[in-house]
Amino acid sequence: MNVFIEPTTRSASPEIDFETLHENRKNSGAIPKFLTFFAAMIIAAMLAIILGNIVWGGYGIISLDFLRLPPENGMEGGGIFPAIFGTVALVILMVIAVVPIGVFTAVFLSEYTTPTSISTRLIRQAINNLAGVPSIVFGLFGMGFFIAFIGGGIDALFFDSGRPVWGQPAIIWAALTLALLTLPVVIISTEEALRTIPSEIKDASLALGATKLQTIRRIVIPQAMPGILTGAILAVGRGAGEVAPIMFTGAAYYLPYLPTKLNDQFMELGYHVYVMATQSPDIEKTKPILYGTVLVLLLLTFLLNFTAILIRSRMRARRASAAQ
Amino acid sequence: MEKYKFKPKSRVREFIGEKFIQINAYAAIAAVLLIFIFIFKEAAPIFYDQDVKQEASLDKMIFKQQFKKGREPKWAWQPESDIPKFSLLPLFIGTLKAAIIAMLFATPLGVGAAVYSSQFASKRMREIIKPVIELLAGIPSVVLGFFALLVLATVIQNLFGLTYRLNAINAGVALGLAVIPIVFTIAEDAMTSVPNSLRDASLALGANPWQVTLSVVLPAAFPGIAAGVVLGFGRAIGETMIVLMASGNAAIISASFTDSIRTFAATIAAELAEVVFGSAHYHVLFFIGTILFLFTFVLNMLGDVAMTRIKTRLQGKLQ
Repeated sequence: MNVFIEPTTRSASPEIDFETLHENRKNSGAIPKFLTFFAAMIIAAMLAIILGNIVWGGYGIISLDFLRLPPENGMEGGGIFPAIFGTVALVILMVIAVVPIGVFTAVFLSEYTTPTSISTRLIRQAINNLAGVPSIVFGLFGMGFFIAFIGGGIDALFFDSGRPVWGQPAIIWAALTLALLTLPVVIISTEEALRTIPSEIKDASLALGATKLQTIRRIVIPQAMPGILTGAILAVGRGAGEVAPIMFTGAAYYLPYLPTKLNDQFMELGYHVYVMATQSPDIEKTKPILYGTVLVLLLLTFLLNFTAILIRSRMRARRASAAQ
Repeated sequence: MEKYKFKPKSRVREFIGEKFIQINAYAAIAAVLLIFIFIFKEAAPIFYDQDVKQEASLDKMIFKQQFKKGREPKWAWQPESDIPKFSLLPLFIGTLKAAIIAMLFATPLGVGAAVYSSQFASKRMREIIKPVIELLAGIPSVVLGFFALLVLATVIQNLFGLTYRLNAINAGVALGLAVIPIVFTIAEDAMTSVPNSLRDASLALGANPWQVTLSVVLPAAFPGIAAGVVLGFGRAIGETMIVLMASGNAAIISASFTDSIRTFAATIAAELAEVVFGSAHYHVLFFIGTILFLFTFVLNMLGDVAMTRIKTRLQGKLQ
């Protein structure tokens, strides 16, 4: 390691030059400190500008009717209710799919294996890689695997009408695609919670004659609940904002009805923003509604993220106090 | 565990429960494998199917092609024209241009803010910076794309007096906003994992805080900072919605950053909805998906190796 320090302190002379040392300390790098501070401030300022612009442009349009009504006049009027409904339905299905798998994976990693075993390392590597896969690739995968392979397979086996029933874009396929995308979030969050559980509690349960599975079900999982909840909320926050994976797997430009069956298509807030911003014939007329939709989407994801951060920081505080 | 006596029934249940959990745990591995298999399966005809190869073989995607007699051979991406052209070079250049701008923008800001947060900031300041970064990370990419399309594009056009509103700079800066949290988080994590003993020793020898940062903390945390930049680059290459909305989506070959660009990811997003199932175009789009997948896979591996190495080095050797 290159530990380079001022020449004066390096010199072979046994006498310490306190004069230079003092000067050196006094001149404690105010300029670099300011420059790095400046970098942080630029980031904060950009965030403020983005949020300010969206709140400024969007708050005027938001009303009960805006949240309650469907779009009208080719999206130049009306509200965004179908998109809100679709988003909520989508993330609920996603959570149902992703939380059990994510929690079991985390339990397996922390309770059944050692950190250095091959299976742990493979799973961990897979989680990391899954977290880095571009979201559009998830969209391709959802189309090739869920719609064509699984959906098409179901159609070929059970329906012979010639028209696709399950082998078409649908809310269930979009939800499952998003579940894969958010799986790492749930696993990592649950694992962090599992690590905070003192081993004494588990040992006590085992010593009282409970089996490992009983200990996990009655002691470990309930104790890890805040972490699981955090993971689920973060996953929802992430899933609610992703557009690329659902573009081809189920989201629709405009639908006159709400999705009621698992193989219905649906409208979604993020996709609605994309459609209005890029396909609108007259952007000036769509703008207010567009800003309103962005604001609703942003509020939704921020509220979710904020709740998750709050639960997590409480959990960490509890862990810190338990450790003392 | 085996030493305890259980009723046989509970032992069976125990076994089934463990296997069930174990099978679930392999879901992540299965997912990564399935993603690769299913994307590559749809891309593979490019290599063996004669009909597809006629329109889009590997060398047609890479090398200059002569499309009409007497015309100069050229690279072009025009998949839906009468003579479909599938050169990947314009898309590659576009992807690279956006990612370069994004990294030029995000690296100094992300690393600078990370240095400040981990070395200089008071505890209270840190508690402001971290949520700011988390908020930025929480903005959905479609919202950043929307902002770049409606607001940022106009600002940048007026600032530099550009001909095209939507260009590589606009897309790159918006992309940088998405990359900053990644660079910051990983670089900050690496710098805070430098043991305090190193820092204290350097301070005790008379170095000032900036000298400590420059000659002790930064060299020690370098692999981690590099990992942050590499992973950020991976995100910049694969990000879809921002470039789809902010880049202009014109597949042209030019060295200028003020021209419109079209990236790999945005091409898939823009064209997959209209493509004929099973056509050469369809397979080429999945081939682009395969490239994106493999590229980010390799970058992730590299970033991972760097992070593990720095953690074991700093915590293993120096405790």
